[in-house]
Amino acid sequence: MMNNYKANRTLPYRIELIRQIKRRRTAVAYGLMVALPLIVVAAVKLGPQSNSSSGSGSGDSNFGSGSLNLIGLATNGTWNFTLVMLLFGSGFLLTTVFALFSGDTVASEASWSTLRYLLATPVPRRRLLMIKLAVGITLSLTALVILVAASLAIGAIAFGTAPLTSPLGGSFASSEALARIAIITGYIGTTLLFASGVAFLMTVVTDVPLGAVGTAVMIVIVSQILDALEALGDLRQWLPSHYARAWTDVLSPTIDWTSMARGASFSIIAFTLLVGWAVLRFDKKDVLS
Amino acid sequence: MKRVLGTAAAIVALTIGLLPSFASATAAEPSVSDVRISGGPASAMDSKPVSIDARIYLPATVPAPAVVLAHGFGGSKESVDEQALSLRDAGFVVLAYSARGFGKTFGSISMNSPQFEVADARALIDYLAKRAEVTQDATNDPRVGFAGGSYGGAISLLVAGYDARVDAVSSDITWNDMQQTLFAQNATRLGATADVKRDTGVFKQMWASYFFSVGMATPPNLINPCGRFSLEWCRAYQEGVTTGQLSEQSQALMFASSPASIAERITAPTLIMAGQADSLFPLSEGSKTFEQIAAAHPATPLKLVWHAAGHDGGVNESERLQGFTMTWFKKYLLRENISTGPVFEATLASGTIVSNNNRNQLKFFTSDVFAGVAGTSTNKIKLTGKAQNIVAPAGGQPALMTVLPGLGGSIASLVARSFPNQSAYFESAPFSATTPLLGSSHITLRVTPTQSLPELVLFTSLRITNGEQTQRFPNGLVAPLRITNVVAGQPIDVSVQLPAVVAEISPGERLQLVVSTTDAAYRLPITPSMYTIELVDGQLSTPIMGVTKISNSSSPLTTIYTAIAVIGAVVLLLWLRRPRRRPAIYRADLAEVPLQVENLVKEFKGGHRAVDDISWSVPTGVVLGLLGPNGAGKTTTMRMAMGLIAPTSGAVFVYGHQVQPGSPALSRIGALVEGAGFLPHLTGRENLELFWKASGRTTEDPQLDAVLAMADLGTAVDRKVRTYSQGMRQRLGIAQAMLGMPDLLMLDEPTNGLDPPQIRAMRAMVQEYAATGRTVIVSSHLLSEVEQTCSHVIVMHRGRLVTSGRVDELLAGRSNVRLEDFFLEVVGDDLTIGRS
Repeated sequence: MMNNYKANRTLPYRIELIRQIKRRRTAVAYGLMVALPLIVVAAVKLGPQSNSSSGSGSGDSNFGSGSLNLIGLATNGTWNFTLVMLLFGSGFLLTTVFALFSGDTVASEASWSTLRYLLATPVPRRRLLMIKLAVGITLSLTALVILVAASLAIGAIAFGTAPLTSPLGGSFASSEALARIAIITGYIGTTLLFASGVAFLMTVVTDVPLGAVGTAVMIVIVSQILDALEALGDLRQWLPSHYARAWTDVLSPTIDWTSMARGASFSIIAFTLLVGWAVLRFDKKDVLS
Repeated sequence: MKRVLGTAAAIVALTIGLLPSFASATAAEPSVSDVRISGGPASAMDSKPVSIDARIYLPATVPAPAVVLAHGFGGSKESVDEQALSLRDAGFVVLAYSARGFGKTFGSISMNSPQFEVADARALIDYLAKRAEVTQDATNDPRVGFAGGSYGGAISLLVAGYDARVDAVSSDITWNDMQQTLFAQNATRLGATADVKRDTGVFKQMWASYFFSVGMATPPNLINPCGRFSLEWCRAYQEGVTTGQLSEQSQALMFASSPASIAERITAPTLIMAGQADSLFPLSEGSKTFEQIAAAHPATPLKLVWHAAGHDGGVNESERLQGFTMTWFKKYLLRENISTGPVFEATLASGTIVSNNNRNQLKFFTSDVFAGVAGTSTNKIKLTGKAQNIVAPAGGQPALMTVLPGLGGSIASLVARSFPNQSAYFESAPFSATTPLLGSSHITLRVTPTQSLPELVLFTSLRITNGEQTQRFPNGLVAPLRITNVVAGQPIDVSVQLPAVVAEISPGERLQLVVSTTDAAYRLPITPSMYTIELVDGQLSTPIMGVTKISNSSSPLTTIYTAIAVIGAVVLLLWLRRPRRRPAIYRADLAEVPLQVENLVKEFKGGHRAVDDISWSVPTGVVLGLLGPNGAGKTTTMRMAMGLIAPTSGAVFVYGHQVQPGSPALSRIGALVEGAGFLPHLTGRENLELFWKASGRTTEDPQLDAVLAMADLGTAVDRKVRTYSQGMRQRLGIAQAMLGMPDLLMLDEPTNGLDPPQIRAMRAMVQEYAATGRTVIVSSHLLSEVEQTCSHVIVMHRGRLVTSGRVDELLAGRSNVRLEDFFLEVVGDDLTIGRS
């Protein structure tokens, strides 16, 4: 060999991170993570029932339904506020962000025509996928952490630092609340890997970034809709989003890990299979973009 | 506004007795009809029967056993419609009716009095005895079950006690002894001087007044202080509110409307359900009914369910509970041979709140016997805490808020913070193992008043704490005590029955007994006072229920192992199918040949042969032109040479190494194929720098400045690429291909987008590049381009190699023949070439 080419030095993680982090969509996604708590605070403070100091916690208590009265507790203090932000964010926003950061990894390179130059350099195909996936997941998890950090900071300024109040009864002081929020954040990050996995498979299949992201978001939403259909009965426990809300178990005084263990496992299984499928597909793919 | 909504929701829930929604949505069929049935006497003075508004649901197959559905307080026959339809679909004749004073049944509310509401219910059985569609066990004895919740649950039990024709009962969240629920007393005074006469407890004012208001609604012309209540019940209520006491007459009235009065007469199989989230009719009420029936007739089939719902909300288990009722009636009315499950079931709800729609996540304690709400035997848990002084505030305010009728239990977690000096606390040592806590615990307290008082009111509750961090207050339930005629400085010992709960204590958690002077849901004494509270022996007796814990969900371990197995399997599969399992072919004889193509074929899906069996090679140090019209297969060949496309057959060798995706030999090629590709959000310079850093050749000198100079972008090199023109992108693309001065430079249509001076500069640059001993391949559909730039040429047409060689040799002996003419000669004139 005439030159000093080393396959394991191609496309280092740090370089890929620099290539992605300067993109506008990264800034927009992170901006949304900060905007969400700001908007909610503004709505609460400026809204028609502005009564922030009393921390009115009655909420939409639904007599006899046993509904999860997390939202009513949002103004209780920053811990509760952050929980509600996680509840709001994990439904659609974070799903989209996770799908975005994994779904446009390869497809956007294809659409910029840069993919062929990276592969011909050559960056080994599997190395390219793994580095891109690692960076995509890093950016996704960063968005989640930014949401939590921004919510904690904004919530602390807006509503104070009262202990975390569980809708089940009981409360957690700061250190315990921080631990609980950390567990919840970790769990939400894990369950969102399903969206990342779908998006990552699609990004290898298609050359259209939005197609990959949209497909992943659509599959997650269809799964959520099916999960709401009582008629499906126990079949629903096999849906990938079935355990998406299992993190509320963390609000119990003693954490019941059963559902979360199952939800996290399902998500990791789905993620592994989807990524494995993506790798096998990309190994043989003719790069025509 | 929110509270109004909450209250409205409460009314709805009470109306339907918390037995809502079966999933069945069958529309009303012709076999549903409204009927009027003559009931019991209208009042003590008027023996004319009330006309009961009822609705009969007939199943497809008759005769069938009947189920009478009784609604909750504030409801009507309409509120049980869904349940009626689902029971009818299961094969029962269903009779839904509005109790007197509700819906379109007129008359006064007598709170399930034997002379009135019970007489009405018995009249319904008489009516069913006359219907041919109902299975008859004997003359004037239809086979009939009664079901209801709350107000309807009490009438179901009462009619079963008063009328032996009732064959099965399902009763949910109702009272056993109305006086105990509305005037709660959980203290038994110990010692010689105790007054053993039944004394009135603490008035549950908030719930009582709330219910009374539900019965107040009347047409405007009939507004009166008693609403739709009968006079004697109205008096009893007013008496309670104004004095906090009950006359013996009122006590008798309440007792007659209590299942406790007739429980020993019930012989029908009875399903009793009670709610943990119920501060109105706590678990102990349903449990006492169970104990009373079981004591009188041990052979009577009974089942007791402590579910997680109730008048305070809690966890919605309606689907499960309606399943219990359905199974109960199928077994005891349809006489199906099915199991009704364990005798005692309690839901452990505190472990989860996500379970609204997910029964799989609930856990249950079950047992084949019910040991009683206080257990037949107890564990002793040592509580410690010194004697504490607590004060009862003047006027009873501010008061601890634990539950609010209609607002649900969550209020407890919000504001159940104690006011200063109103509560005394006693704690156990941390538990070392997971311990279930079911039923009512007992403790003996010593209360020493600092002044003489006619009455002394205290509220006790059991909570679970985890040091300072967390506290659980199961459903915000408190057990009130009322001690009368206390003397200053004279200690009183009382045995206290704490609220019945279903909980689980985890290792490290402690039990905490809280004794408070206030609770906003109750009528409180207004005289300020102070008491010393201390434990007598510190022994908390917790019931031993002999339960087994079961979970609907299987262990998550299987899923975790599956996850590990799947990860392992996927990694193994990827490893087995890793690229280049066999080492790539290396041909030493080609070590000095920049590019050799051998029998190369590429057939795309659909059968199109883009490259059809071509072979050629490029010597070192030349500029080779790859010439051919659009669609000749030039680009496909270059992509195969770059490892982007897999050949269908044949091979490409770069310096002797067979090309495969990611072959290290590819690092010796710099390429521009089908236009440049850059990250639009970065500058030209950043693009080249990052591309070089991604190339795996970082130890070499990219000669960045040299290639940028050739690209001739000027200051634009520090602008974002998305602002570039096509020509600028093209020049930057050529610069990128030349980064690190690769041994083989492949440029596909390099003059695209360039203007004539730039084209000329590029030609010179390419020739200079080859002059250094490196090799350049230029593909083009422009003959003139190739002719002016290249020393060698490969001519392709429709995927096939037409000819190859030195440009001058091909033209040798053909004077004045230009490459263009030559090309037309070998290709034929079936296409237009050289069109730019």
